[in-house]
Amino acid sequence: MEQLETGDRVECTYGGSRLNGTYITDRDGKAVIKLDSGYNIGVGRTTCRFLERPPPVKRPELSTVQDESLPSLSIISTGGTIASRIDYRTGAVTSQFDADDILRAIPGLSGIARYQTRQLYTILSENMTPAIWQELATAVHKEINNGATGVIVTHGTDTMSFSSAAVSFMVDTPVPVIFVGSQRSADRPSSDNTMNALCSATAAVSPLGEVAVVMHATTSDDRCAIHRATRVRKMHTSRRDAFQSIGIPPLGFVDYPSLNVDLSPEAVRRGSSEPAIRPSLDESCRLLYFYPGMPPSTLPGPGDVHGLVLAGTGLGHVSTGWIPHLKLLADEGTVIMMTSQCLNGRVCDRVYDTGRDLLKIGVIEGADTLPEVALVKMMWVLGNEKDPEKQRLLLSTSLKGECMGRSLHGL
Amino acid sequence: MDYEKIGLLAGIEIHQQLDTKEKLFCRCPTLLRKTEEHSGEYHRYLRATESEMGEIDDAAREEMKSERKFTYYTYDSTCLVENDEEPPAPLNQEALVLSLTIAKMFGMTPIEQVNTMRKLVIDGSNTSGFQRTALIAINGTLPNGGKIETLCLEEEAAQRVEGETFSLDRLGIPLVEITTSPCMHTPEEVREMAGYLGMVLRSTGKVKRGLGTIRQDVNISIKGGARIEVKGVQELDLVADVVKREAERQQNLIMIRDKLVSRRASVQPDPVDVTGLFAGTGSAILKKAKKILAVRLDGFSGLVGYEIQPGRRLGTEMSDYAKKCGVGGIFHTDELPAYGITTEEVNALHRSLGTTENDCIVLVAATPKQAQCAALQVVKRARLALDGVPEETRKMLPEGNTAYMRPLPGAARMYPETDVLPVIVGESVWDIIALPELLTARARRFSTELGLDDGMARQIAFSERLPLFERSVSEGINPTLAARTILGTLKEIQRDGADVSMIPDDRFIEVLHEVESGKAAKEAIPEILKMIAKGTGTQEAIKKCAPSVSREQLHAIITKIVDERAAFVKQKGNAALAPLMGVVMAEVRGSSDGKVVSELLRKEIERVCNS
Repeated sequence: MEQLETGDRVECTYGGSRLNGTYITDRDGKAVIKLDSGYNIGVGRTTCRFLERPPPVKRPELSTVQDESLPSLSIISTGGTIASRIDYRTGAVTSQFDADDILRAIPGLSGIARYQTRQLYTILSENMTPAIWQELATAVHKEINNGATGVIVTHGTDTMSFSSAAVSFMVDTPVPVIFVGSQRSADRPSSDNTMNALCSATAAVSPLGEVAVVMHATTSDDRCAIHRATRVRKMHTSRRDAFQSIGIPPLGFVDYPSLNVDLSPEAVRRGSSEPAIRPSLDESCRLLYFYPGMPPSTLPGPGDVHGLVLAGTGLGHVSTGWIPHLKLLADEGTVIMMTSQCLNGRVCDRVYDTGRDLLKIGVIEGADTLPEVALVKMMWVLGNEKDPEKQRLLLSTSLKGECMGRSLHGL
Repeated sequence: MDYEKIGLLAGIEIHQQLDTKEKLFCRCPTLLRKTEEHSGEYHRYLRATESEMGEIDDAAREEMKSERKFTYYTYDSTCLVENDEEPPAPLNQEALVLSLTIAKMFGMTPIEQVNTMRKLVIDGSNTSGFQRTALIAINGTLPNGGKIETLCLEEEAAQRVEGETFSLDRLGIPLVEITTSPCMHTPEEVREMAGYLGMVLRSTGKVKRGLGTIRQDVNISIKGGARIEVKGVQELDLVADVVKREAERQQNLIMIRDKLVSRRASVQPDPVDVTGLFAGTGSAILKKAKKILAVRLDGFSGLVGYEIQPGRRLGTEMSDYAKKCGVGGIFHTDELPAYGITTEEVNALHRSLGTTENDCIVLVAATPKQAQCAALQVVKRARLALDGVPEETRKMLPEGNTAYMRPLPGAARMYPETDVLPVIVGESVWDIIALPELLTARARRFSTELGLDDGMARQIAFSERLPLFERSVSEGINPTLAARTILGTLKEIQRDGADVSMIPDDRFIEVLHEVESGKAAKEAIPEILKMIAKGTGTQEAIKKCAPSVSREQLHAIITKIVDERAAFVKQKGNAALAPLMGVVMAEVRGSSDGKVVSELLRKEIERVCNS
């Protein structure tokens, strides 16, 4: 039996018929064949006979023309599927990334700006690490220094809000830095990638001057929301409008298909700060989600970590039994910050006894900071400031809009 | 027409909705809703995706010619999967086993490992932009010796409400697609095979019934013609007409091609801007248009206006192509002067383009973008006329004609549905599938075993209410009574306005039991069922429509009636039976069986006559 390679032409004798097709792969003990009708079937390997190995298909070089009179945008890719292509020979969906690929996949982009692209990584966003956030921040900063009108970061949606918050803390930017992704795969005609990409490019040339996430605002293809990087969260596993601003309204909207931008007065404007980067992170930080009955042994030991963020219950609580254990940690120098599992609303540890006991041992109230954002902030603060008093001060202060003094927004 | 001589070849593709509990890739019910019940709506755009070769599937490209915004209606019986907002659930097992059952009934070979595919469909009827489909089995046989090539399990598309608005209740209902080889040679044979396929499908007792639940696509070609796929023939009776008219269309297109070739006809590829020529026109459409383009068809005169199907010309085909760009239609000089366009304007047009009466000019009038698109579509279709019959997907028009929809889609529109895992169809699954009895065999059995006459046996076997009949008989109801009530009475009372869907099977059988035990008369069945349909309880309905009359009471009533009319009875003798029947039945209001009444009445008449 010949060794078959993907793309080989084969003839399978099956059900009394001779079927011609293309060998794709072996799956679960069957040879998967793409029939000439387009259907894939899985059949016994022995029923298929090698016919020929066609020469590799060369993609025609179709170059796209960029309009030099338009503003320049940098696109940094980390592995999001903003542009992907179906290989109809094998049916595989491959993620592609260079300026030509993107412009061919989303032709409307060429009317908004001219593009420089940089492929930093090709990874699933659950495989992101703080080290990659640092590289990403450095790359973003470089593009800003090179004079980009705006920077677009394509990113998997799972951990996009972690990365956007990290870049927000590490980089001071005078131009928009827009994170964008796609909830529904780019190979499908209904994908949200086109509208998200067009809206993100539009936001990237807009008067905005901060790090933001631009994604569908509703299930319809009618507008994208511009979310502050430190206040945004993925709130649904699969819907297009999964990303939502928590505790504040979005910074603005980009209507589709008109691409009109509407920025709120709260949005930081272009040119408000000088470009700067402080990429240090202290990775010795943990985020713990408390649940009733959670044993204190779950906690790191005294001196094991530098920072600990708790996602506590309600106003910001853990069980009374935890307090002595937390005190041991605090006494050994671990910085502890309390956030709430409620996500909406503000931590207040002055209402109940448990809260007052937490404050007494030195736990910092995280105000209305989201738990994941608090973790990223903790890494950044401990990485850049060694003085404990100053650390406490920074953690209690809003640095990039991650926490607010007033609760303006209901659910 | 001598179909053998013209080399007619036809095949059928049948799409039949399955009556499963849940949809194919989500756990929603397979329930059709009224559009006014929709709970929400949203809007989407669809875009054709690019292939490895930088190509877009021809059929997909055609649908992309105008940017279209689609609106979708949601219901409390649809979910995020229909909205294309959630990955699909695993392939519905009930639907898989049912499709395998159908495959087995046709003697097909199942695919060992079923792979679900995505088939690009961007006309808006699928929210994702593709239809999920899986090849389940191959190689079946038909009674005419022909072959069934494939059986696929697919998800049904969303129902178009109007324009670009679709209703999501239908999206995702499982359906089987059965494709025959081009093995039929006459329109009648196509109709017969379509009927046979439908019968086999209905024999499972698990397919949806009613208009729109089964659709036939017909593939038709003649010698020298091309393969045409006609979509969506919903009524079996129209299948033969569609085939006849398509054969006729292809013959005419071949004839037109031959004439064009002999005339050395040609198509000028570049449309000419003639907007200025019509500056002072009386034609409302031309006056309104921002751009008027002319396409020059040299040597086409008379042929663009030539009828190729009743009421349809080559010009209509060009118009169908042009409409893809969003224009309302075209004008051509074979039909001018008309529509407010004068002879002078036609002459000026010919002069301006340098054409003669041997040539034909097609006009498109619209926005500059639409006009350009439409004019190029006309050029495309006109060029195809030089080759004869273009391969196309066409849609059926009400009277059996067809109109252009899009080019035939290629294999380029299929790729794997990566969110659905392949399913292994092992021998253990295949071997235990029991074959349902064919409806034709069942009809024969009803006639030989249950004593129904042949007509009634066939009617009840093919009826949607076959399960009710079989249950009634298995619970001891006389088969003829059950069949008559189902086929006759239910239809009659429905015609009278009763909602028979409100009569539960249990109640229906209960009524027949009461009739058989003599507690209600047969004559009262319609009234009883009407009351039950309105929500009355069975016993109450029987009491109201047919208060129980004992044999003694009946005897007394009859004796009284006969005695009161003794003179009449004596005079008429047995001939008094019929008129007195009416009097008695009116008195007992259907609560007694006519047979019993007539028996007692006969005895009483004899008594009076003999006294």
